[in-house]
Amino acid sequence: MKVRHVKVQSGDVVLLVGTMKGLFLLRSDPKRSSWSVGGPYFPGHSVYALAYDSRGGRQRLWVGAHSLHWGAVLHYSDDFGRTWSPPEEVDLKFPQDTGLSLKQIWQLVPGGSQEPDRLYCGVEPASLFTTDDAGRSWSLVRGLHDHPHRPRWEPGGGGLCLHTILPDPGNARRISVGISTGGMYRSDDGGATWKARNSGIRADFLPDKQPEFGQCVHKIVHHPSRPERLFLQNHGGLYRSDNAGDTWQDIGRGVPSDFGFAMLAHPHQPDTIYVVPLESDQFRCTPDRKLRVYRSQNAGRSWEPLFRGLPQRNAMETVLRDSLTADSLQPAGIYFGTRSGFVYGSAEGGERWKVVLRGLPPVVCVKGVAVAELSR
Amino acid sequence: MSIVLYIPSPLRAFSKERGQVKIDTTPPTVGEALESLWLVCPGLRERIITEQGEIRRHINVFVGDESIRYTGGLSTPLSGDVEISILPAVSGGTG
Repeated sequence: MKVRHVKVQSGDVVLLVGTMKGLFLLRSDPKRSSWSVGGPYFPGHSVYALAYDSRGGRQRLWVGAHSLHWGAVLHYSDDFGRTWSPPEEVDLKFPQDTGLSLKQIWQLVPGGSQEPDRLYCGVEPASLFTTDDAGRSWSLVRGLHDHPHRPRWEPGGGGLCLHTILPDPGNARRISVGISTGGMYRSDDGGATWKARNSGIRADFLPDKQPEFGQCVHKIVHHPSRPERLFLQNHGGLYRSDNAGDTWQDIGRGVPSDFGFAMLAHPHQPDTIYVVPLESDQFRCTPDRKLRVYRSQNAGRSWEPLFRGLPQRNAMETVLRDSLTADSLQPAGIYFGTRSGFVYGSAEGGERWKVVLRGLPPVVCVKGVAVAELSR
Repeated sequence: MSIVLYIPSPLRAFSKERGQVKIDTTPPTVGEALESLWLVCPGLRERIITEQGEIRRHINVFVGDESIRYTGGLSTPLSGDVEISILPAVSGGTG
């Protein structure tokens, strides 16, 4: 397989597209009307976790790549995919005393700007790792790993995974995570202790519909300017919390289904969020055979479908939890990828969509990056 | 006495593109032979075994023509000149 590279320049937009069979890079100038395609990187590997770290003068792509043969491994590239770190350089593994082995890498999140060498990594089996040396060595967060709830967490459809990490940009001691199926947990002491924060979130699949923990949270998002306000796409249910997860209220009125995976906070508008509803937890495809993104511009009080340019006949699509993303330009571009190998994009906040690329392997995550000044 | 370890093509980035690695002594077991391989090609280790020291589920290791699944796993004894093949199992592909 011949690998193509994209030539990235300052001001470009790059979409990192993780698929079941490798990573692809899509590059455009700020008009976002024409895209060149790089990849496949790590062909044959599923790529569920992607990050771009622009802190400290870096232009570093992080990728969690998984092979059923060779396991899961972290790689980084400082030149947009032309070269990658050798896997022995990135030391992400469970300590031997845990008896656990790494199955899948689900989430990669850079820390705040005050901690330019800190990153977080969420994995299966559900655990959180951190690094404070920009990714060379990783440590298991024991406070969460040793939580007394752990033996009672159950695997969801994707396994028992820690798939969402939300560091509080204004409080380096506070971090929230999403676990399927454990629910949301928050630490206010830098990861030493954790408490379940699921009050008000349903668990339709349990006899007790409002348990302390055990919810199947699919995604949690927030806007950096208002980190105490969280939005949550549950395995059945859309929720908002105005107190960092202490309590949750239902905001699922106005969507054709409150089941779904993907959720996105608009990069510039704190009250604007996007979801892609799916029909039931049995079928898990877009309702009414129509591909529609739903947007709320008032923090979930009402929703509107965004469908111009998207197929509205025989469209039985699935958009997974990290496959909905934005760039940070003005106006922001909104993008999503489907299990059928399409990537759609809108440079108008979702008002009108275009096909960015078709024919990819099943898309499992997409990350939008607006490339600032390149240092080379 | 020596052993030859055959490296599958997807992992040759970790063996300086070599398809085989020769070690001039024959350790007593397959596990120790692999430990010798990690010394030469450290990047191979995490790709072939887990953190807990188990051969990954979709990898087969053969001594000669015999899978070590049926001869004692990593404790499989070795003697004389030996060929060890590390091969991806067909069960591990993605459709």
